[in-house]
Amino acid sequence: MAQQAGTRNRPLSPHLQIWRWGPGMLSSILHRATGIAASVGIFVLLWWLGALVAGPAAYAKFVDLADSPLGILILLGISYSVIAHGITGIRHFVLDTGAGYELDTNKRWATICTALGVILTAVFWAALLLR
Amino acid sequence: MGNGTSIGRVRGKGSAHNGAHHWLSFRYTSVGSLLLTLWFGASLLMLPNFGYAALREWLASPLAATALALFIVVNVWHAQQGLRVVIEDYVHEEGNKFASLIALNLVCFAAAAFGLFCVIRLALGGA
Repeated sequence: MAQQAGTRNRPLSPHLQIWRWGPGMLSSILHRATGIAASVGIFVLLWWLGALVAGPAAYAKFVDLADSPLGILILLGISYSVIAHGITGIRHFVLDTGAGYELDTNKRWATICTALGVILTAVFWAALLLR
Repeated sequence: MGNGTSIGRVRGKGSAHNGAHHWLSFRYTSVGSLLLTLWFGASLLMLPNFGYAALREWLASPLAATALALFIVVNVWHAQQGLRVVIEDYVHEEGNKFASLIALNLVCFAAAAFGLFCVIRLALGGA
């Protein structure tokens, strides 16, 4: 049954080592990676809210940590993951309709979406810091 | 091969004929997540600062507290659906897969409950 299914040599999910790297493949695996990272980001959100509930002193400790170089790096990573995952998610919505599979179109939009993830993260932080 | 019953079909060869439900539900939560995450990002940009007082004042508003509660629920839900697919893709041994999915669900329920509790405390409670 299931155990046998695992030992039978059936093709499983595509592997990074097997697929040739290209914009479409990069966008697809980034969607998964950023989705996992954004899920981890939920716990930072909960930590933030928990610190708020715990009161001003606990919250000040949280802000100190978040404001440290490592904290900012983590927040950068989470914000990039959320933004990039949103953009590649919209790309997947379009692909779900059956559109955008022509090689040129697919390559172009995969490249655009991957770049937009980085660009919009920079725009978000610029807006945040320049308020 | 299956023996003709539903479970037999699943164990024997693939489709249980209900995969589309998870797939569609995943799309529904992604739309909710997209909208609420846009709200959350815009709210962060509109906060005067990230000090304790400013945040308490923000979450004292019923609209903000409601949206934040929905933001937590839909994102935990969407994360659960996504991580489930990741587990199903990479954990092939049946027992490990079952245990991983149970652990995932427990963590997600706990995360949502804790998040909602915090929002309610911040919205209704004093300091």
